[in-house]
Amino acid sequence: MNGASWLLKMAWRDSRRNRSRLFLFMASIVLGIAALTAIYSLGFNLNNQIDEQAASLLGADMEWVGNKPFEASERALADSVAAATSEEMSFGSMVYFPATGGSRLVQIRALKGDFPYYGTLETLPAAASADFRTGKKALVDQNLLLQYRAGVGDSIKVGEVTFEIAGSLIDAPGQTGIVAAVAPVVYIPLSYLEATGLEQKGSRINYRLLLRMPDPSGVDTFIKNHKERLETAEVTIRTVEDQKDSTGRLFRNLTVFLGLAGFVALLLGCVGVASAVHIYVKEKVNTIAILRCLGVRAKEAFLIFLIQIICIGFTGSLIGALAGSFLQRFLPVLLADFLPFALDPVISVPAIAQGILLGVIISVLFSLISFISIRNISPLHVFRISFEDSPVDKDPLRWLIYSLICVFILVFAFWQLQDWSTAFAFSAGIMGAFLLLVGVARGITWLIRRFFPVHWGYLARQGLANLFRPNNQTVILVVAIGLGTMLICTLLLSRDMLLNQIQVSTSEDRPNMVLFDVQEEQLQALSQLITDRNLPLLQSVPIVNTRLEKMNSLDAAAVRKDSTRRRLQGMFRREYRVTYRDTLSTTEKITKGSWVGQFTNGLVPVSVEAGFADRNRIDLGDTLQFNVQGSLVMASVASLREVDWRGMQTNFVIVFPKGILEEAPQFHVLLTRMPTLDQSADFQQEVVTHYPNVSIVDLSLVFNIVDKITDKVGFVIRFLAGFSMLTGLIVLITSVLISKYQRIRESILLRTLGAVRKQILFITGWEYFFLGAIASLTGIGLAVTASWGLARFSFETDFQPDLLPVTFVFAAITAITVVIGLINSSGILSQSPLEILRQES
Amino acid sequence: MSPILQLTDVSKKYRTATTALTVLDAVSLAIAEGTTVAIVGPSGSGKTTLLGLCAGLDQATSGTITLNGILLNEQNEDQLAGIRNAHVGFIFQNFQLLPTLTALENVMVPMELNGNRQARAHAMELLDKVGLAERMHHYPSQLSGGEQQRVSLARAFSNRPKILFADEPTGNLDNETSKKVVKLLFDLNTEAGTTLVLVTHDLELAAKTQQIIRIKGGRINHDGA
Repeated sequence: MNGASWLLKMAWRDSRRNRSRLFLFMASIVLGIAALTAIYSLGFNLNNQIDEQAASLLGADMEWVGNKPFEASERALADSVAAATSEEMSFGSMVYFPATGGSRLVQIRALKGDFPYYGTLETLPAAASADFRTGKKALVDQNLLLQYRAGVGDSIKVGEVTFEIAGSLIDAPGQTGIVAAVAPVVYIPLSYLEATGLEQKGSRINYRLLLRMPDPSGVDTFIKNHKERLETAEVTIRTVEDQKDSTGRLFRNLTVFLGLAGFVALLLGCVGVASAVHIYVKEKVNTIAILRCLGVRAKEAFLIFLIQIICIGFTGSLIGALAGSFLQRFLPVLLADFLPFALDPVISVPAIAQGILLGVIISVLFSLISFISIRNISPLHVFRISFEDSPVDKDPLRWLIYSLICVFILVFAFWQLQDWSTAFAFSAGIMGAFLLLVGVARGITWLIRRFFPVHWGYLARQGLANLFRPNNQTVILVVAIGLGTMLICTLLLSRDMLLNQIQVSTSEDRPNMVLFDVQEEQLQALSQLITDRNLPLLQSVPIVNTRLEKMNSLDAAAVRKDSTRRRLQGMFRREYRVTYRDTLSTTEKITKGSWVGQFTNGLVPVSVEAGFADRNRIDLGDTLQFNVQGSLVMASVASLREVDWRGMQTNFVIVFPKGILEEAPQFHVLLTRMPTLDQSADFQQEVVTHYPNVSIVDLSLVFNIVDKITDKVGFVIRFLAGFSMLTGLIVLITSVLISKYQRIRESILLRTLGAVRKQILFITGWEYFFLGAIASLTGIGLAVTASWGLARFSFETDFQPDLLPVTFVFAAITAITVVIGLINSSGILSQSPLEILRQES
Repeated sequence: MSPILQLTDVSKKYRTATTALTVLDAVSLAIAEGTTVAIVGPSGSGKTTLLGLCAGLDQATSGTITLNGILLNEQNEDQLAGIRNAHVGFIFQNFQLLPTLTALENVMVPMELNGNRQARAHAMELLDKVGLAERMHHYPSQLSGGEQQRVSLARAFSNRPKILFADEPTGNLDNETSKKVVKLLFDLNTEAGTTLVLVTHDLELAAKTQQIIRIKGGRINHDGA
């Protein structure tokens, strides 16, 4: 065996005349590695930032959270251990901007104390974060101010009190842009909360005590000593560590998702590498045979080319990793709305190393599919092709390589997801998608061949025939372009479906406005207000707050003490908002037992939502003891219901029959339908003015929120799908350039036989039109199938895809394919046949 | 003189999906060391297959082949590669230079494979000898057919082979160039004392050798001087 230095020398020498082509192989993986390195860097930066900023994410050393006012003993405990405490009560409520007459549902945070102790309430002007605590002043979310054309010094009415806007709230500890968009925050001093009149029965208020400890390291000891007592009092403690864990987990999930999406782009690039290497090896057969004649062993010939691909993989990965490190500077901008802090991107060496290692391994693995055939190239090729060349498909090593690729994908997925079953599902999904695309591509090729349109004109016929001729790139391009198209179209169609569903679910006679927190004494007047305006009062639903005390023999107190029963603890800890009625609503269906609408005597026959019952192992006949604001009610599960939670209507986990809760403290939800946006705004203004505690959600608000969320999430997904698409385009360019070498002879012959430039351009144009059209149609077809599946089984709605954007995607991708094909092929046409023949020889 | 190459009852059959094709049928011959031999015969007669087997490029279906005292049938592919490098030189009709290597590097390859530290100097010397000292840094595509074949000659003699196999060495050259290349081939061969086995259609070229082997339908027809 010759030394490594000679092999390296030969690999180097052989690469000299092929560098531009080897660069093409490399280009296919650059984007995938760039995406992954950027995402890994983001992950590293996020972890570092979370570590550094954990305290300012919480704003305090410890946070106590409850859904009822803190007892005096709890306050005393807090005062005894903390160096300083702040108190916050938060809830959803309408606010009204008197200057412009606008109103909107927001999150009110009534604050007392100097919170935050770490980090800041970032406001404009900066002094407003302290100033608003000193009088009847409010801090208002910056976007809300913009939306309602209000500014510092203007007024905002919260409940019965009109506050002066002290400042625009830019950021608060732990707040993300997306949360601020969905539920914009208004801070007011806690001392004015009572005057607003919003602290009423039924109001869903969150209570927080925020503690700054004299020594932050004392938090653990405090938790050890007092956790049980506070949990018994239904107070949840959150620490900086908890915040770090939950934020870390959230962003780990985000980076895992992004990482897997980037990996798809890399795999796509590797398919391009595999295809390019396949052609490269074919062209190298003669060189390898000559080397074999001169005494080079099969293994050495294999190693010469393996060294080349390792170097190419390394260079491509290095370029990708460096590009990714540059690109990661923009990811925080892309994700700004999801991040609770400003992320300062720094270059991460581990991320670069991971990217390079991944790139080298995967490019080598995919290249090996073709490279293993080098071992079998006979020196007899110098004379002619051997009769007995064994097909590469039958090489058992090839299957080993395929298996290694599958194992690598699985291990990578596991490394990201840390869960074998999800990793299996991801790997199976990605391999299934690839196989499906390959199958479709082969099927289409077969169909074209089988039903070849012999009557077409020569140019179109020749272009079409190129799809199935030797060295065609049909499968690789259909996979590469098809996958990218599929991702983008599925995203488009699903988003439309989601938004359409919101519109459809509130169409015709369905409600498009919900009024929450209507108190008993307001019910009559508000109902009258609706009917006076000739609006339909579609539903008036009473709601009673209850807690579960016992289920069969299990009682809440015992379960709370048992730390092994986390699931049951949740069931006993939560507050249940129940209703009572004598009929099922249109969104409900009994799946087990029978509906009882009227209570007579004995145990109260309640109906439980089937999913909730399943999760908590509740069945027919189980006894449930409810605490209805002090009164104990014994109930038995009479039926299980399936509930359609979609659309604007009230739905409940537990429904009581009539005849038991009528006298319990309760509030109401009213549902109506507004014919126009103007009427809606006018009505909301009147309700906010006269019934400030009543919260209103209207369709336009929901629509805007869903639109905003899907837009922001969609932007991130589109960004990653864009990587796949760009990789697909690079694979396309690579494939076109590589197949150009294959096509040179044919073009020369055609030109020698008298074909003019235009005719050859037409043949090429037709070929790439068919390729682009088939690839994008395949991607669109799969996207439509996937979206239909989502519509049918997930959204449970009719599937009516909007064909306009899909048609645009089809036209754009086909046009890009044709343009790239023509540009790359034009080089052949600008040279004389003799010149090319000389080059070829 | 002892034979450097001896074939005894050598057959070669190729199997296709449906049929078996016999290309060589029980061929026996012996070639003495230092002689020049031509293998002639019509297209498809099995000349190239015979050359491939003699040079250790392929394995016979049956029979034995001994090259320089080594029984080729018993060698695996890697051992055959080593034998080719150590004992065999090649000249091909279409030159078969490595397109990505310069003329000099092409000549150096067999010597480098052998671990020869003087590869570069010796290759330059050989290229000078074939009149290509000025063209040694050119790639094959930058050389004419005659020049490429002269590089091929330099490469073939670079490892001082015991036996040289030439497959239609002038098949791709014009008359004038052919004459020059043939003269160079025979001069170098005489100088090195190498055994030369030529496969050719060209009876004029074959006549320059000491022995002519005629092959037809996979069988040796006539063996004589």
